[in-house]
Amino acid sequence: MTRRLMEGSEAMVEAAIAAGCRFFAGYPMTPFTEVLEHFAAKLPEVGGVCINAESELEAVGMAWGALATGARAATGSTGQGLALMQESFSEMTRAELPLVVFHMARGQGDYFQATRGGGHGDYRHIVLAPENVHEGVALTQLAFELADRWRNPVQIYGDYLLAHTAEAVVIPTSDQPERPPKDWAVDGSLGGSGRSRNLNPLGMEKGTKGIEPEPFWKRLQAKHDEIAKTETRCDTESTDDADVVVVAFGSMARFARHAVRELRKDGARVGLVRPITLWPFPTDALAEACEGVKRVAVLEQNGGQMIDDVRLSILGRAPVDPIGGISSDAAGFGIGPIFNPDNVRERIRGALEGREVAA
Amino acid sequence: MSRDPLRVIQTSVTQSPVIKTDQPPSEPAKQKGRFRPALLLHEDHDLCPGCGEPIAIRLMLEVIEELGQAQNSIGVIGIGCYTAFTSSMDVDLVQALHGRAPSVATGAKRMRPDSLIFTLQGDGDMVNEGLQEVIHTAARGESVTCILLNNGVFGETGGHMTATTVLGQRTKNSIEGRDADYHGYPILIGDLLAQLGGTVYAARGSVHDAAGVVKTKNMLRRAFESQLEGGGFSFVEILTMCPTGWFVPTAEGPGYLDNVLGAVHATGELKNHERLVTTAQLLAETRPSGP
Amino acid sequence: MRTVESRGTITVAVDRCKGCELCIPACPPQVLRMSTDRNELGVPYPELLPGCTGCGACLLVCPDFCFEIYQYETPVEYEVNV
Repeated sequence: MTRRLMEGSEAMVEAAIAAGCRFFAGYPMTPFTEVLEHFAAKLPEVGGVCINAESELEAVGMAWGALATGARAATGSTGQGLALMQESFSEMTRAELPLVVFHMARGQGDYFQATRGGGHGDYRHIVLAPENVHEGVALTQLAFELADRWRNPVQIYGDYLLAHTAEAVVIPTSDQPERPPKDWAVDGSLGGSGRSRNLNPLGMEKGTKGIEPEPFWKRLQAKHDEIAKTETRCDTESTDDADVVVVAFGSMARFARHAVRELRKDGARVGLVRPITLWPFPTDALAEACEGVKRVAVLEQNGGQMIDDVRLSILGRAPVDPIGGISSDAAGFGIGPIFNPDNVRERIRGALEGREVAA
Repeated sequence: MSRDPLRVIQTSVTQSPVIKTDQPPSEPAKQKGRFRPALLLHEDHDLCPGCGEPIAIRLMLEVIEELGQAQNSIGVIGIGCYTAFTSSMDVDLVQALHGRAPSVATGAKRMRPDSLIFTLQGDGDMVNEGLQEVIHTAARGESVTCILLNNGVFGETGGHMTATTVLGQRTKNSIEGRDADYHGYPILIGDLLAQLGGTVYAARGSVHDAAGVVKTKNMLRRAFESQLEGGGFSFVEILTMCPTGWFVPTAEGPGYLDNVLGAVHATGELKNHERLVTTAQLLAETRPSGP
Repeated sequence: MRTVESRGTITVAVDRCKGCELCIPACPPQVLRMSTDRNELGVPYPELLPGCTGCGACLLVCPDFCFEIYQYETPVEYEVNV
């Protein structure tokens, strides 16, 4: 396997195709656009299809149809485009479709959108947040695996930096995990048999009149509880003796890691917890890593979103303070002055010294 | 409405013996028609008396069976009263969101180009909520068949104005009748779709009488056949009765359809490969004296 | 008295009928009428009088799948008081 220099968008598209993704539909939007471009260029080479959808509403609908036939399929956008897809996301969760969503966000202000969603009803998505291109490749392939395993949408939460940073990566093409059989998928073959399928988000069964929503919704809830128990992923570094634990995800964690390592060299007792799954949030791992700390410092590039989940994990056992904040370039694409190693290091140092850190 | 055939029949033939119809005849006879099409699991449904949608669904299922596509069809179903039939149609189905069926059909067709893929949508679903979906799907020339059950109202919510409600038509939210100045004009969706390059077949039928039912079935057959030939997008609009949403007695539904909806959404083929006909031309042909 | 010939007949699923009456005007020989009795749903249902041709128009327009159609090998005759 050869190592190639690729920007995150291209590497993740290569990873998706290697994982068997054969359908993509999307609508251009910075910084997601290159994901669409690479799918458009590469999918036809493997007999797949990439449709330049006329809107995000249609893009997610097309992915819905492709998924219904059992294909591995994906869509994506940035936060604004994903806002348009929310109704489909919630209903596809109830229809138990293994959708993979490439979310190249304009920063981290879409944490709530990714982890709570704006669709209706009780539903949950697995959300994976890669720190770098290498992990973007791994989590892309994991996303398809988890989507199939749980028959549930999985979102990959990236950003401008992930999409456009070029790194030398290897795309694993062989040894892909075996896929579960998709006997639920529609192929038309059961028409007239009395056992034809109805792939629907309403809990409707063939041969019975009406719906029974409550048992259907409870079954989905039980599945989501099981996902929360088994699929939590978290990365911790230098937390054993830490006075301050920094919590950060995605690209922000990359800066936090660099700063934590530099501060450690200076003898500062500081550690890092990086949620890899934003949902299910690694509540237990975070609480354990933060046992006995003086302070938990949340570094996120927004007005304070993940900090809610951190506080729900720490439950008052230590002060939880924001050290990030809204930080954007002029275009709002998410590369603000906060993405600066010195800046991040000083914010963490402030947390170590018990100072209030201006967001 | 002028006709009242019920009363006429009852006064003229009251002396006739009523023939037992609770079981098949004992005399030698050939069965010509069954209660339900082969691809319907059971006859029960909760749609209102006099509804036209079950009639259209029967035709659709019969054509699928007659074309030998029962084991090769995937239906993508919108949200409306007809959605109730997803529990009884014995065809592989995907339930779509309101308005989004054409995109779902697109994704399915691209992954299964040899399957017969169709959507079933109402006017609220296709022409209101998801208008861009069906137009883009037609323009792309996707080889899918979109079937519109057009009754000019949101039947499921109880009779509200849709984008196909005709001028003057009373609905629960256009209580004095649809007024062009206030509510705007109805969309002739068939014309919009027919003029797109990706559309190979477009037609508007009706189920208000037996002749209309037979013609509509032929339209569905041609639409499915054109999909199987792989030529491009096909579309059949079927005018259906909604006496509940029109606030008329069930027996007056067919007349209301013909005189009110049908006088604007005229029936006939709008496109068959190269041949393009507008609704205005159909109206001039079929109703030369006007509505 | 006169003789009326039925070339066909129907079976009617009376208890499924919702009483919409669409079949009545659809019948070309006009040999369907609504009952004075009511079915399980509490509505009148179609009754067949002599003269059915077995054409199936009633089946075509019925929203409730209430009709089956038969064509006799030999027409059946009924005596009718006019």
